[in-house]
Amino acid sequence: MLTPENLQKVEALFKRYPTKKAVMLSALWIAQEQEGWISEEMMRYIGDLLEVPYATVLGVVTFYTMYNDKKIGKYHIEVCTNVSCMLRGSGKILDTVEKHCGVKLGETSDDGKFTVSEVECMGACGGAPMLAIGEEYYENLTPEKTEQLLSRLK
Amino acid sequence: MEKYILPDIPDYHKLEVYEQHGGYQALRKVLQMKPDEVIEEVKKSSLRGRGGACFPTGLKWSFMPKGNDRPKYLCVNGDESEPGTFKDRMIFEFNPHQMIEGILIGCYAMGITTAYLYIRGEYRKWIKMVDAALADAYAKGYVGENILGSGFSTNIYTHSGAGAYICGEESALMNSIEGDRGYPRVKPPFPAAKGVFGMPTTINNVETMTNVPLIINKGAEWYSKIGVAKHPGPILVGISGHVNKPGVYEVPTGVPLLTLINDPQYGGGVPNGKKIKAVIPGGSSTMVLRGENLEGVCMDADSLKAAGSSVGTAGLIVMDEDTDMIKVIKRISHFYHHESCGQCTPCREGTGWMEKMLTRFEKGEAREEDIEILLDVANNIEGNTICALGDAAAWPVQSFIKRFREEFENKVERKETAAA
Ligand SMILES: Cc1cc2nc3c(=O)[nH]c(=O)nc-3n(C[C@H](O)[C@H](O)[C@H](O)COP(=O)(O)O)c2cc1C
Ligand code: SF4
Ligand code: FES
Repeated sequence: MLTPENLQKVEALFKRYPTKKAVMLSALWIAQEQEGWISEEMMRYIGDLLEVPYATVLGVVTFYTMYNDKKIGKYHIEVCTNVSCMLRGSGKILDTVEKHCGVKLGETSDDGKFTVSEVECMGACGGAPMLAIGEEYYENLTPEKTEQLLSRLK
Repeated sequence: MEKYILPDIPDYHKLEVYEQHGGYQALRKVLQMKPDEVIEEVKKSSLRGRGGACFPTGLKWSFMPKGNDRPKYLCVNGDESEPGTFKDRMIFEFNPHQMIEGILIGCYAMGITTAYLYIRGEYRKWIKMVDAALADAYAKGYVGENILGSGFSTNIYTHSGAGAYICGEESALMNSIEGDRGYPRVKPPFPAAKGVFGMPTTINNVETMTNVPLIINKGAEWYSKIGVAKHPGPILVGISGHVNKPGVYEVPTGVPLLTLINDPQYGGGVPNGKKIKAVIPGGSSTMVLRGENLEGVCMDADSLKAAGSSVGTAGLIVMDEDTDMIKVIKRISHFYHHESCGQCTPCREGTGWMEKMLTRFEKGEAREEDIEILLDVANNIEGNTICALGDAAAWPVQSFIKRFREEFENKVERKETAAA
């Protein structure tokens, strides 16, 4: 369930579109910001709110890579390995991240602190290699800078 | 050269600063014109879309039906997910008001009262920047009801994606706005007839819209003289990969690629004085060119076409002499396989096959005949799919084989050498 404030946020978006369903992506974002992930219960709730079947919501959640249908770590570390980043050493950045967090790609550390993902081009190729944590981009990385960045995360 | 899309003016993203430098004057001017005159002016400017296909913007706008009997929409494409492309983000951060002004002009010209600005979900921070700029523009009466007392009203709303390259394809983008999975639609019907919410719709790229106020302020005549005649105007070039100064650079169209790569004001040359082995000129779906064939090739539609590639999103990826081309094409193919929406068999299966085969090449386990088989798979995807992602996946493979065939041959498993 959304908190009353978040429900209000969703309802305020209805006037932007001719259908309720069009609020789907925004509603899922608001839900994910609230809970950190999107549970089946939340999908059913959003389906009711937007007057669409649960299956439709599930279809959307699974289609878009940024929606988490499982709990993830406190810090979601997303390393870009696409061409421009690869050419400038994203492999070493990924190694550094995996080593520091003690997990492989796609995994979450046992203490729930880190989830490490490989991502496709993030639109920061001029600052390659790069990674993102939450909404922050960290560009022009070296293994040393990456290590420093990660050790600052509490 | 003077810059018009990303001018070197401090705090240009702030409304007051933008206004001090003539911001929103084009909107005022347009509100005194007839909508058709605005479309004519954009046509005359020869502005072509900056989203990848170089379609003439004024012509696209003229496809929209006249009259206000039903709603019409503008979708502004800020999905920016083509690998090697990172220019629209600069506009969101450094010049959002010129983009907003361009959107308003487009809406006025086409009689549109709602514009959705679709921004990729990863750009959360930039969506907030654009929302802040929009709030300021609303507060000043540039957006919303009865704009500047003209009687014309338009709303602009940002719409966040959630991680799917395919949503940059215009019909997938519309489905994504409607709250669905980003599946491309079969065309026809074209968006101008039946677009988002079943209504007439125009889709334009963020950079395209940011060019529009210039045309109105300084005239189509002036604009059409910037850069090359058939594809004029300022263009944002993203340079990445093996250059000393990667980044987004604004230039007139028609600048030689070698200037962009080597000139100290742009890419600043290849690190350690290495030779250029290859460039991908316009984002990962455009055809690769060999470094030794770049003489005279320029960043504009015709020149790159003649060279056997295309301008795409002007995202120039530079690779030095040590680059393993198989590794690069394998990574590109992984991307298209990952991003295929899976609706059409040639794309869904073909992208998977290409990635698998390239993995074999990478490991040195491919057979001699695999080069032809790989090419065959690519050829069978091209032109046989609902949307152009299929082509975007095929072109890199075709061009890498055509232009770097020796690298594929070198990776063929040689039993005799293995035995020796
Ligand atoms: C797979 C695919 C992805 C695309 N991604 C984008 C994108 O991220 N941004 C964009 O502006 N155009 C993208 N396009 C092109 C759009 O479909 C459309 O042509 C463009 O937004 C039109 O704008 P323009 O005429 O101003 O260039 C993509 C096309 C395809 C086939
Ligand atoms: S070509 Fe690929 S991405 Fe486009 S509709 Fe077909 S399967 Fe989907
Ligand atoms: S390739 Fe990594 S941000 Fe574009």
